[in-house]
Amino acid sequence: MSFERIKEKLNILADAAKYDISCSSSGSKRANKGGLGNSDGVGICHSYTEDGRCVSLLKILLTNHCIFDCAYCVTRKSNDIKRAAFKVQEVVDLTMNFYRRNYIEGLFLSSGIFNSPDTTMERLVQVAKKLRLEENFNGYIHLKSIPGASDELMQEAGLYADRLSVNIEIPTVSGLKLLAPDKKHEDFIKPMEAVKNSIQIYQSEKKIIKSTPKYAPAGQSTQMIVGATGESDRDVMYSAAYYYKKYKMKRVYYSGYIPVANDSRLPALGSPVPLLRENRLYQTDWLLRFYGFDIRELLNNENQNLDLDIDPKLSWALRNREIFPLDINRADKLLIARVPGIGLKSVHKIIEARKYRKLNWEHLKKIGIAYNRARYFITCDSNSFEKRDLSSIQIKGLILQNSTSKFRKDYSSQLSLFN
Amino acid sequence: MKTGTQLFYDGSYEGFLTCVFSAFEEKLNVNGIFTEATSQGNMFAKSMNITTDLEKAQRVISGLKRKIPSESYRHIYFAFLSELEGIELLLFQYIKLAFKEEKFSSKDFGNPIILKINQISKKVSREKHRMEAFVRFQLTKDDIFYATIEPDFNVLPVILKHFETRYADQKWIIYDLKRNFGLFYNLQECSYININFKSTEHLNSSNTSIYSTSEIEFQKLWQEYFESTNIKSRKNMKLHLQHVPKRYWKYLTEKSTWQN
Repeated sequence: MSFERIKEKLNILADAAKYDISCSSSGSKRANKGGLGNSDGVGICHSYTEDGRCVSLLKILLTNHCIFDCAYCVTRKSNDIKRAAFKVQEVVDLTMNFYRRNYIEGLFLSSGIFNSPDTTMERLVQVAKKLRLEENFNGYIHLKSIPGASDELMQEAGLYADRLSVNIEIPTVSGLKLLAPDKKHEDFIKPMEAVKNSIQIYQSEKKIIKSTPKYAPAGQSTQMIVGATGESDRDVMYSAAYYYKKYKMKRVYYSGYIPVANDSRLPALGSPVPLLRENRLYQTDWLLRFYGFDIRELLNNENQNLDLDIDPKLSWALRNREIFPLDINRADKLLIARVPGIGLKSVHKIIEARKYRKLNWEHLKKIGIAYNRARYFITCDSNSFEKRDLSSIQIKGLILQNSTSKFRKDYSSQLSLFN
Repeated sequence: MKTGTQLFYDGSYEGFLTCVFSAFEEKLNVNGIFTEATSQGNMFAKSMNITTDLEKAQRVISGLKRKIPSESYRHIYFAFLSELEGIELLLFQYIKLAFKEEKFSSKDFGNPIILKINQISKKVSREKHRMEAFVRFQLTKDDIFYATIEPDFNVLPVILKHFETRYADQKWIIYDLKRNFGLFYNLQECSYININFKSTEHLNSSNTSIYSTSEIEFQKLWQEYFESTNIKSRKNMKLHLQHVPKRYWKYLTEKSTWQN
């Protein structure tokens, strides 16, 4: 292979693929039967870029030629950039050679839409098929579901891929109309629906016939751009909750909009990426998936946007003081998970440890709770606990006074605006 | 009060377990367990040299496995691999608890010894996971994928299985330069090896008398990819360093620089 030419393509097509956040390589089990590679359910981040993001998969576009002109996208038709395309075999060779050197867990292949959605999807499937059948590759493969691709192709894709994803990108239908006039909302939903159905069929067949092949064992995911169309956090998270429920998504990713175009419909080039907002959305996502919260508890008509200065669990706790303080030695596991400053790992440790002795502050600190936040919401085997009748605003003030956040500069300026 | 005894052993896991065996058998009041190589310990205290005895070690292992679940046993082995100063004595206290306390549980996190061993074992697990991520193979002329590592803890024995399963169809070597031993997989099985490096030329990827001629090209492609996939407007070096601490850069193809 000509390394110079490959290098140039890789440069263009990795650069164009990087706005897809997902790099997850977990959730799939694939044994190695005499070939190369495996997935044992646990993902591995082989490296991290200087922006702090995990590098787990070789994430590239097959091509950045595209017939669509979506305003938020760097590969849109009207954008004057260098275009390139990989041959199927080139992607296969790169994947194998990177994998053999332990650089990656596998491949994440996406593409601009050339010719038609079906031609594009068919080419993506070809790469995965070749890796699985000809190279005996058992590493992780994530394929993009191309909006508008046929059900038959999606059916085939799932036989070779571990995960399939289609990006919603714009959380509201009106936003999509504004920024991607040639794309229809239904086009995104169609492959999602097809994959969801196939996953269910294969799973129920597997229960009866053990030799049923795997179909997208790591499930589906999607991504939304945040901060491009003035949507509220409630809009974003209600959409997310809908996709989790309706399409059984494994993950929804939130991507703070990175200005890639001078377009009056969008934030100007050079506007800062809303990193703090993105962070709060992920925290909310975690509260939904792991902590037993319902989205309506965290965001609703009265609270359409998340607080930037404190985390969403603390915001919720400050609005629901009647539940606290909880006795850490007696309270239910699900309630302890709702205490600000106590994460799931600490919840687990507390539940185990309290079987053997009553826990006091020393124990809790060693276990690793965030004392500065948790102390206002719990009691334990100790006479010292918060006895003052503090208002929620006072508690918030005390917590902020004693904490340092890397984001402080981002919200303190906003506060002073209103003072 | 009886004065304590210090035990000295050869540094192996079996050697340590032999210490545990002797301490129980002879009802010793142990107040330190050290490897022979170190000059730690109190020169005025009573000391004993313990010779590694595989049979005795095996009896301690079987005893432990009867008494505690395999997950808790794993904490003992992993914590031992940390090689931290004083870990042997701490583990000895832990094992004493496991044998003597009727209600022993490795999840009794209110007990400082149990919590400490759990945390150290977690640290070793993390290093194991890191090495599974950070190993960078380079293809030699003899078709062996070779990698050098210098992990914080002695994790080579516990990453064996991962690499053996994953890279079943290629020959490979992972060499721990800090502890001077390595793993060699020959397409059939894995074995421990020692290499007597005469120079540091094996660290030079562009040396074509050792490495395949395309090796350096793939490394350049990987570096290129690593650069291109970074989003500059989201730069966050603090997070980057938290995930990839500088001490690991040396053998990471994407973070190292070489002369052309």
